[in-house]
Amino acid sequence: MKKKPFSVIYACLVYIFLYLPIAVVIAFSFNTSKMNVVFEGFTFDWYISMWSNTLLMDAFKNTLIVAVASTLISTILGTLCAVGLNRFEFKLKETISSALYIPIVIPELVFAIAMLILFSSMNITMNMVTLIISHVTFSMPFVVITVRSRLAGYDRSIEEAARDLGANELRTFFRVTLPMIMPGVLSGAMLALTLSLDDVVVSFFTAGVNSQTLPLRILSMVKKGISPDVNALSTLIILGSVILLVGSTLIQNKLEKREEM
Amino acid sequence: MINKIKNKVTPVVMIGPATFWLILFLLIPLFLVIGISFLQRNGYGGVDMVFSLQAYFDMLTPEYLKIFIASFRLSVATTVICLLIGYPFAYVIAHSSEKAKPFLVLLLMLPFWINSMIRIYGWNTLLRSSGIINNVLISLGVVDVPLEMLYTDGAVLLGMVYDLLPFTVLPIYTSIEKLDPTLLEAASDLGATKLHRLVRVVLPLTMPGIFAGSIQTFIPSLGLFYISDMMGGAKTMYVGNLIKNQFMSARNWPMGAALAILLIVITLVLMRLYTKVGSLDDMV
Repeated sequence: MKKKPFSVIYACLVYIFLYLPIAVVIAFSFNTSKMNVVFEGFTFDWYISMWSNTLLMDAFKNTLIVAVASTLISTILGTLCAVGLNRFEFKLKETISSALYIPIVIPELVFAIAMLILFSSMNITMNMVTLIISHVTFSMPFVVITVRSRLAGYDRSIEEAARDLGANELRTFFRVTLPMIMPGVLSGAMLALTLSLDDVVVSFFTAGVNSQTLPLRILSMVKKGISPDVNALSTLIILGSVILLVGSTLIQNKLEKREEM
Repeated sequence: MINKIKNKVTPVVMIGPATFWLILFLLIPLFLVIGISFLQRNGYGGVDMVFSLQAYFDMLTPEYLKIFIASFRLSVATTVICLLIGYPFAYVIAHSSEKAKPFLVLLLMLPFWINSMIRIYGWNTLLRSSGIINNVLISLGVVDVPLEMLYTDGAVLLGMVYDLLPFTVLPIYTSIEKLDPTLLEAASDLGATKLHRLVRVVLPLTMPGIFAGSIQTFIPSLGLFYISDMMGGAKTMYVGNLIKNQFMSARNWPMGAALAILLIVITLVLMRLYTKVGSLDDMV
């Protein structure tokens, strides 16, 4: 493309808009002042003191547990479902396929109160399990759809060849099907992980007193003022997210290259 | 024979668990919402098993209508601003060099990977009356007293646009990417000016993307109660906060459920309109 200074400047401005608040959080995590107002001096103190902030650490731990557990469950259920929907023809196939879009299109808030009503009407107190169940429910459809899009151009004859050579159903699945759809499974899992880590609305209604996640903790802290510990922990999370995203993109590219060969 | 049984068992084992899960934790809860919206609220924060349309009638009272209008205005403003910022932005990314493109898309996706609460909190820090922007303005002598930026309707709008912009840009970017360059060449060859080409060729052909982007911005914007809490101090009531309050503080479940039904109806109408121009798969 010809160099157009106007479009370059415009894109830069939008990127600055997107990254400005992130930069602020990172900058203040190294600030000696307790107030997030002016930058007074450089320190690593908050990165040490945050570990003894139990409220914050508990919330962080909960966030990770919920994210990992819900990602595992929704990836397994979602992948099986996607492969099954791709492989078999049956009456309810279209119904199930379109029902999968419900959690994607309805506002999160509606789904959140639906979960609240379900658990309350069964007299279940909110805890880690209710939180994980809710997260699986909204992330699984994304896994199914991601894996299915991967399966769209998929050559069934290789599976048939494996079966002709005497591999049973399970063996075929693990040795042939799964490796072939791995990039799709991985991106589905990454999507599920992000959705869980990022969720505020659903967690707000389905987390119990002892299962508050980090976003919920931040929300409740904002009114009283947030300590710079949060900036430090957030910076580490930002760093973790960047590593995860870049890492998964690299693995993704590698898997796809291997396939081309 | 064994093969026949196997053919019946495998689909159930593969699709069964996910289907069962979605019935139990998605369909049943949604039906409960519909059911509760038609019940009577009792004095103890619960519901009585008596049919009632009270919640739906209450929605028509002026105070609720005021909230709906405020929410609708906020969501429309958010969507329009996201489109105005997002379309040219998607266009620039889609027309960048092949080398830069993956990097630019990654850069767009990255904030979405970072907890939105952390990012909104960053804006909260920037905008507060003792915050950075005010400090800069004061030290530059632009203003004498700090501007009241946080806890205003404008701040809520900013938070919404910020949070949802990537969702507007991505579908538009995809549809611009799919655009056949020969069509653009043909338009130019036939004497179309740049503006003409944009209005008569590019915009109509990327309409599905614009529509998908708008829906992906508009629908979530109705429910993001935490942004108005963080940025608006819950000063102006929006429908998201209203629903939240029905379950958290007011304990009026039928009302909350009826409001949720309203959101579902709005969503269904928009999706119906959308499926006339584009496919559901473009939404993901």
